[in-house]
Amino acid sequence: MSVQNQKLDMLSLLKESGLAALIAAALALPLAGFKTFDVNGTLTAETRFNWVLVAAVVVFFGRMAISIGQKTFFPSMGQAAGGAAGSIGDVINQNRTLLLCLLLAAVIIFPFTPMANRHSLDLAVYVLIYVMLGWGLNIVVGLAGLLDLGYVAFYAVGAYSYALLATTYDLSFWICLPLAGIFAASFGIILGFPVLRLRGDYLAIVTLGFGEIIRVVLLNWYEFTGGPDGISSIPKPTFFGLAEFSRSGSDGLPPFHELFGIEYSSLHKFMFFYFLILALALVTNLFTLRIRKLPVGRAWEALREDETACRSLGINPTNTKLSAFAIGAMFAGFAGSFFATRQGFISPESFTFIESAIILAIVVLGGMGSQVGVVLASIVLVLGPEIFRELAEYRMLAFGGLMVLVMVWKPKGLMSKRNPTVLMHNDTNAKQGAAK
Amino acid sequence: MLKFTDVHTHYGSIQALKGINIEINEGEIVTLIGANGAGKTTTLMTMCGLPQASSGTVTFEGEDITKKPTDKIVSNGIAVSPEGRRIFPRMTVFENLQMGAITTDPKYFEEDLARVYKLFPRLQERLTQRGGTLSGGEQQMLAIARALMARPRLLLLDEPSLGLAPLVVRQIFEIIKEINEKEKMTVFLVEQNAYHALKLAHRGYVLVNGEVTMSGTGQELLASPEVRAAYLEGGH
Repeated sequence: MSVQNQKLDMLSLLKESGLAALIAAALALPLAGFKTFDVNGTLTAETRFNWVLVAAVVVFFGRMAISIGQKTFFPSMGQAAGGAAGSIGDVINQNRTLLLCLLLAAVIIFPFTPMANRHSLDLAVYVLIYVMLGWGLNIVVGLAGLLDLGYVAFYAVGAYSYALLATTYDLSFWICLPLAGIFAASFGIILGFPVLRLRGDYLAIVTLGFGEIIRVVLLNWYEFTGGPDGISSIPKPTFFGLAEFSRSGSDGLPPFHELFGIEYSSLHKFMFFYFLILALALVTNLFTLRIRKLPVGRAWEALREDETACRSLGINPTNTKLSAFAIGAMFAGFAGSFFATRQGFISPESFTFIESAIILAIVVLGGMGSQVGVVLASIVLVLGPEIFRELAEYRMLAFGGLMVLVMVWKPKGLMSKRNPTVLMHNDTNAKQGAAK
Repeated sequence: MLKFTDVHTHYGSIQALKGINIEINEGEIVTLIGANGAGKTTTLMTMCGLPQASSGTVTFEGEDITKKPTDKIVSNGIAVSPEGRRIFPRMTVFENLQMGAITTDPKYFEEDLARVYKLFPRLQERLTQRGGTLSGGEQQMLAIARALMARPRLLLLDEPSLGLAPLVVRQIFEIIKEINEKEKMTVFLVEQNAYHALKLAHRGYVLVNGEVTMSGTGQELLASPEVRAAYLEGGH
């Protein structure tokens, strides 16, 4: 009896592994089976079927090992994984404040540690931009439940409004920053008015179109935006109008190191960018945390849950959605103007659909509506491709695999638990009990 | 208090209500009974402008509210507990109650909360629980409580007995009676459960295919052979 069972098991195991290997081979054929060469201007391809074979064999035994491992160590794999993940989540939730404070302290100290160099600071700034964009989009997608596939449009509006204002009118970053936010928010309202009657998929398609319209306009309105040439030599921000980040200073401003009487270091500028985007991102986060507790934020979340119920409670869905859209856009505008000043050069190339897709992936992967989830997902999605840079042409393959793994492991996102906006502590419960 | 005069309502080109006259007086429980698809829910939702009547007039306390947007109607004193309860499943009980109070002045919040706790002590025990994890009866209580948080003078209830066990139905109807008697709340009740509804209500209307075919006091309708034949035989 048991022998027969084992045989059956063996058979299904082989079947499963064979199937996995077959899929791997089918995928590997176009991905790794051919390599293209440029020989004297003509493109030729070389076949590498041995690579396909290797992939299939690796997957075959890998799948077998996973199956055997599952059956031996985790007879009820699904439950075990769920339980383990749940307990990690619980630990995080219990020590939430402490962990977040530690994290924040680490993030603030980071630029002063020996780990900080031009490269690592640049990378950190890069991640933080996406954290901020993720937090901004989280208002629209995570809280209000409006699927926006064109978020990058508002990022572009912010970037171009800073670049144009600064290069044409010589306005300082600190004046342009709020202006960029206002411009982006008004674009959000302009887009929002006609489309917010739409729901779900339809809204997604219209926002996707809007994102493309903005990009195409930027590309073709040569006299205004510089078209594909973009805008270059965008001024760097000053230290709150007090000092400048160069060795000698300019425009009548003293250099930063002289103002503080410290040694000149080229790192100061990068540290300043780091703290600037950190502050902007934290403002976005604090704003969201605060507004979730206010009626308008609560209305966003309720709207995501049940629009019909919201109507019958007397909430005006159009105004509520519009406010979410405009505020989300505003933060994208802030991030955009930061991006423009950091890069010093922008062109429509930076605002393609893939950017929207990555920001959306950050929100979804992080667990819709979760602020901590956005941070984790940004690290995974932005640092991931950097870490896999060594893998050269297989970088995106590894990246895709990573995303699939996250979704298999945590289908609702990394942090899928929604935190109530009002926490009832035991003492208030006791008080209520006593009053009763 | 609320008056329907020759109200027609359409969904696109489909006519759901064909000239309805209904009157609700202050302090009453008025019920509307009828079969599936008769237009009961449409009648109730037309009272709060979702959808708006295509012709005829709806007046509330003497004021024409036919073309008013829903948020204005709700802040004016009509609250609805919609069909299928429609509580927010991922929000806690407390947050659901907060949502109910979204159109009211925050200074009344504590007072209203205390009032709702008194009517539904069960909800007070479950404040931190998520709406979706409540039992059907508790969800219905929450839906009514949420509507009460909007400080209405007229409470619209759409099938509060839907999908509930008989014992729980009785409990819910007791609470409706209590709200009416103690809080002097005017209630408009749409029900499939004709027996319970007519027993509770002061007056009732029978709706068939978008038209009111009968009206009278609850007792009269309960005794009427047509109502008995259509809605009560073999029932309760």
